[in-house]
Amino acid sequence: MPADAPASAVPALELRHIDKRFGTVQANRDVSLVVAAGSIHGLIGENGAGKSTLMNIAYGVHEPDTGEIWVAGQRRVLGSPAAAIAAGIAMVHQHFMLVPNFTVLENVILGVEGGLTLRARLREARERLAALGRDYELDVPLDALVGELPVGGQQRVEILKALYRRAQILILDEPTAVLTPQETQRLFRMLRRLRDEGKSIVLVTHKLPEIMAVTDRVTVMRQGAVVDEVPTAQTAPRQLAERMVGRPVSMRIEKTPAIPGEPLLEVRQLGIRDDRGIERVRDVSFTVRAGEIVGLAGVAGNGQTELLEAIAGMAPIDRGEIRLCGHDVVREGLDGAKRRALGLAHVPEDRLRTGVVSSFSAEDNLLLGYQDRAPFSRHGILQRTAIREVAAARLREHDVRPAAPTMPIVAFSGGNQQKIVLAREMDMNPRVLLVGQPTRGVDIGAIEAIHRRLVALRDAGKALLVVSVELDEILGLSDRILVMHDGKIAGELRAEEATEERIGRLMAGVADKTHG
Amino acid sequence: MAKLGHRRDDTVNGWTVVLLPVANLVIALAISGAIVWLLGESPWAALKLMLNGSVATADGIGYTLYYATNFIFTGLAVAVAYRAGVFNIGAEGQAYIGGLGSGLVALALGQHSPWIVLPLAIAAGAIFGAAWAFIPAWLQARRGSHIVITTVMFNFIAAAVMTHLLVNVLIAPGQQSPETREFGPGAVMPPASAIGFGDRFAATPLNLAFGLALLAAALVWFWIWRTRWGYAWRVVGQNPVAARYAGIDPGRVVIAAMLLSGALAGCLGVNELLGSQHRIALEFPAGAGFVGIAVALMGRNHPVGVVASAILFGALYQGGSQLSFDMPKVNRDMVVVIQGLVILLCGAMEHVLHQPLNWVCRRWPRKAVA
Repeated sequence: MPADAPASAVPALELRHIDKRFGTVQANRDVSLVVAAGSIHGLIGENGAGKSTLMNIAYGVHEPDTGEIWVAGQRRVLGSPAAAIAAGIAMVHQHFMLVPNFTVLENVILGVEGGLTLRARLREARERLAALGRDYELDVPLDALVGELPVGGQQRVEILKALYRRAQILILDEPTAVLTPQETQRLFRMLRRLRDEGKSIVLVTHKLPEIMAVTDRVTVMRQGAVVDEVPTAQTAPRQLAERMVGRPVSMRIEKTPAIPGEPLLEVRQLGIRDDRGIERVRDVSFTVRAGEIVGLAGVAGNGQTELLEAIAGMAPIDRGEIRLCGHDVVREGLDGAKRRALGLAHVPEDRLRTGVVSSFSAEDNLLLGYQDRAPFSRHGILQRTAIREVAAARLREHDVRPAAPTMPIVAFSGGNQQKIVLAREMDMNPRVLLVGQPTRGVDIGAIEAIHRRLVALRDAGKALLVVSVELDEILGLSDRILVMHDGKIAGELRAEEATEERIGRLMAGVADKTHG
Repeated sequence: MAKLGHRRDDTVNGWTVVLLPVANLVIALAISGAIVWLLGESPWAALKLMLNGSVATADGIGYTLYYATNFIFTGLAVAVAYRAGVFNIGAEGQAYIGGLGSGLVALALGQHSPWIVLPLAIAAGAIFGAAWAFIPAWLQARRGSHIVITTVMFNFIAAAVMTHLLVNVLIAPGQQSPETREFGPGAVMPPASAIGFGDRFAATPLNLAFGLALLAAALVWFWIWRTRWGYAWRVVGQNPVAARYAGIDPGRVVIAAMLLSGALAGCLGVNELLGSQHRIALEFPAGAGFVGIAVALMGRNHPVGVVASAILFGALYQGGSQLSFDMPKVNRDMVVVIQGLVILLCGAMEHVLHQPLNWVCRRWPRKAVA
């Protein structure tokens, strides 16, 4: 029904003229949002556009400075998530709020146990959940431990929790970030079913294809304000992207066919165990040549992180061989610093935890890992003037805003932090570049620039290994694609033969029959 | 995501750097004053006595700076380790063993020229202190033992070793008290009068070691903020994961930082033994290693702050002893109480005052303009 719901119907959720300010930051400015009953409403915008703030207001985490919240035609003051839940609003966070060593059933009744013993509630819950599972294709084994469920299953538990609490309005914050394409399809089927049963859903995302696939209306936010609200059927991804960024953007990555040269990074039968002795990477072999981008796809947590860290020399390996620019770095005992000296650069997946020192300034972060090289230091003494000059030039060159070398790194936005890390790793003239999640938390406008730079590095004859959970990115950037599942390479595809469908199957661990 | 919601201004900047310790000190003094008042003495008279005893006379200043010298060494020791992310509680023991090193050189070579003996004695102090710090550092870096625990234990071991040596081995022949014979003339740090201060401080033990301490502070500053090794230490102290990412071995940094830390603590004997007591005596560090923790804390682990707060603690120490002479109801333990209050307010409760002060600092200029 959806796209053009009768205007007379009472909206499920209405936010009117919401203003919210944090210190000097105006997070929401006169934001109004109407979610029709029985519809899926998309909310998109770049990082920092105010989506999360708005949803946290709707879920009672923050109170608006001014503005009103109406739920099913009644004005509500939501002082806490408990009040929001009582009003029929539930939120599924990006990071699940579940107790891993409780069963599904126990997780669902957590917080609404009622009574002195659990028995009665457990029985009642079991019956209702079974019914819900049947009605909405939400089947999860009720007695399984949540920690042992796949991510998609855990997400279904979160949704079951919401439905068990009789939520009428479901807010999902970036729900597909951790899912395979197949799981995403399944989630969308479920959401359509819920909508058809009269529930209302707000889908917060930055992925345009998802908006197009599943929503009825879409609201675009930019810099804390609503810039557009349209029926999904009457818009297109390019148009939405332009509204988000505020200027035309190129959605395609322009590149010529790769001309691969000599192999610069070779990994043979690599095995890695984590601190607890669990095998994270098993028997992985691949080669990255000069002048090509190899994309490493996979659902997060399937060994990509460990693989990158092992190549970079941050973690020991269990067995196997890593050859970097002709050196067997493991056998020769070359540590991280020596591998850097051989020409390895590394943009880590988790920027804030690994890639920067958050209490340092931009310029001090720009020499991280290169503090023993000219022009940054001479005879061990840091060359403050040179550091400042190089930093100022790099920030300008990479369009980091503001181009202030002495500003603390945490004061920059995520996209600008990423540009600083990329600037550092790219500009020391590496031969092999490991890039983890190149555009995680980066705005659409900046994504374009980062992709262009990565392709330019490839054309300059560097070998690039790019790890990303964004399939669009993998498909757009890579010349060859490796798919990891459960610590192993589940398959390898050439760029021409790769489709989202095929990668998705490999990500889920289903053997790719057509792969020769 | 909801990052904005949790914004909290934890950075210490602008005037807060100076105002915070001052405010903490004022509160500590106010509480101490209340205790003095409860003991039946006048807090004002006590404060006056303390100031007179510590900073108002040449003698007072001399003693203040003499005590401050010990605290600068131990404060720097704690601060450099802290910069590399290591909490060194063992400065007391390292100072004790370091003093043994200086003392042994002084005893052995005391008859030779000070130009030979003093550099050797200073180096021996640093090396002995560093060696004592090395064991817990290695245990933490390579075996995962917690350094707070091991350094505390090493304080006890140092005390036991020194007692044994002084009672059974090094004691001067025919002596009753457990201390060595006096050092030879070549092993005496030049007193203040010998280095151009005239006889202003002649009645005090102030000596060249104070200059050495200031030099050490300057070198520590240079090392931490101007060399690539200091940079690596700071990275390890702030984010060990990023350090591994940058190809820095956190274990090696922990060991190196502890060696420097122990060496700095080990220099305490240069002031205390070579500069003042001229023999190795039992318990000569007298808690300076622990005061160093407070000094580093209050000085924000920055050499300038360490020197400033070391002088403050020196003044408290000297003023406190003066106070206990003149006010019989207030004994030396009162000084410990005041120090304890400063530590409590600067360390444990720092952020209680932090937020309001930041708030005031932000408002003030605006109001002044309006």
